[in-house]
Amino acid sequence: MTKHRYSFFLGCVIPNRLPQIEAATRLVAPKLDIELVEMKGASCCPAPGVIKSFDKDTWLAIVARNIALAEENGLDILVLCNGCYGTLIAGVHDLKDPETRARVNKILKGTGHQIKGTVTTKHLAEVLYMDIGMEAIEETIIRPIEARCAIHVGCHLLKPSDIRPWGVVEDFTVVDELVELLGATSVDYKLKDMCCGAGGGLRSAVLDVSLDMAREKFEAMTQAKVDCLVNVCNFCHLQFDVGQVQVNKEFGTDYQIPVLYYTQLLGLAQGFTPKEMGLDRHYISVEPFLEKIGMSV
Amino acid sequence: MIDRRIINGSKIDSELADDMTKAGIDRIRSCIQCGTCTGACPSGRRTAMRTRQLIRKALLGFREEVLSDPDLWVCTTCGTCTERCPRKIDVTEAILYLRNLACQEGYMRPEHRAVSVKLIETGHAVPIDDEKWSKMREDLGLSPLPPTVHSYPKAVKEIQHIIKKTGFDKLINYKEGKEDDKT
Ligand code: SF4
Ligand code: SF4
Repeated sequence: MTKHRYSFFLGCVIPNRLPQIEAATRLVAPKLDIELVEMKGASCCPAPGVIKSFDKDTWLAIVARNIALAEENGLDILVLCNGCYGTLIAGVHDLKDPETRARVNKILKGTGHQIKGTVTTKHLAEVLYMDIGMEAIEETIIRPIEARCAIHVGCHLLKPSDIRPWGVVEDFTVVDELVELLGATSVDYKLKDMCCGAGGGLRSAVLDVSLDMAREKFEAMTQAKVDCLVNVCNFCHLQFDVGQVQVNKEFGTDYQIPVLYYTQLLGLAQGFTPKEMGLDRHYISVEPFLEKIGMSV
Repeated sequence: MIDRRIINGSKIDSELADDMTKAGIDRIRSCIQCGTCTGACPSGRRTAMRTRQLIRKALLGFREEVLSDPDLWVCTTCGTCTERCPRKIDVTEAILYLRNLACQEGYMRPEHRAVSVKLIETGHAVPIDDEKWSKMREDLGLSPLPPTVHSYPKAVKEIQHIIKKTGFDKLINYKEGKEDDKT
């Protein structure tokens, strides 16, 4: 089998707040013949909702530096976060314009990096679905997961659609298919396509509005009687896991929906233990979900 | 109560819409005020923010009013408005553009400034600022510090070099060595 090699972009939240997602991803990757090549010295992407909101030129110059690191590796970028994806894919797109590239390279002068425009950015879901393929993933599964899952895709995986590889914005089924491949059921719920509420600087500065969005989703998922929520973005993950505790406190609710990042669910299906997938590190207990599938932490 | 106002000409920035057009939100003048953006907006559903109104005010040149409006900051940048706008206006980018101007005018939330300070000082907007995170990484079999700017002091210098060149430090009025890192 050919090895699939990528420049592995970590961002901020995964390595610095949710390392369980990093650990899970590093464990499942070799089984799929994915080699994660480090991007040494990579920074914040920088976050599209905050830094791009404050100063687009600074945002673009820092993205360019990150993309340059991947160019130096000679490998396309693999990201796990929809926010990083949004930034890096927009960065790659904006920097295709020679004038913009020249302007940004002037800013980069003195950092030892220059951007050429030779790599592209791929989200984990794209790598799994398009580069690795369903068949190859299926071959690694030794323990099917029978559970009812609420899928949350997240906004920036799909939008803006003109610089995304999917060809659709609504009726997007890639993540549902990836989850069902593991033996699970993707359960429809009200407001499935709605934003988690974390982006745009809301989680940091307008928390009440941010949590109200998550609350609405928790209510809908609870009504749909799901066993867990599966996401493909660590920032959505943070909002749903940490934010669920905050929602319960703010709104007097008692939502208890276990939150899993896709590679954690995949890892369980590949035979890794819940501990190896970092499931004992969650803010909302994952125990009820594990019990349902006959495991425990 | 209905707010009856006479538009005072001196307060109008007639160039705002042109500036936005030049900045890449090139179709903004074709807005038909249909309100599809407002209808699509998950934030507007629970706040006073009306996306259509923001666009209208920008088009009319109500610069100060738009830039000082706290509602500019309840957009999650979800992109739904952009996808659904029948005139294919990049509404989300328009909001980001207005936010950039708002920051230049000094309308920045303290929480957002704090994130910016972290980026300037560490290269991460969300850095490891407590040993517990390194400990958690180690418990999970990872290196205590990730192979990012956290492991390469030279890389942090590179970020700071970029930030000085773009003037981001001045934009947020960054005071080297004098920032309270508890923010
Ligand atoms: S959806 Fe587009 S055309 Fe309609 S009001 Fe909003 S920006 Fe204007
Ligand atoms: S991008 Fe902002 S304004 Fe547009 S629909 Fe989403 S939250 Fe509303």
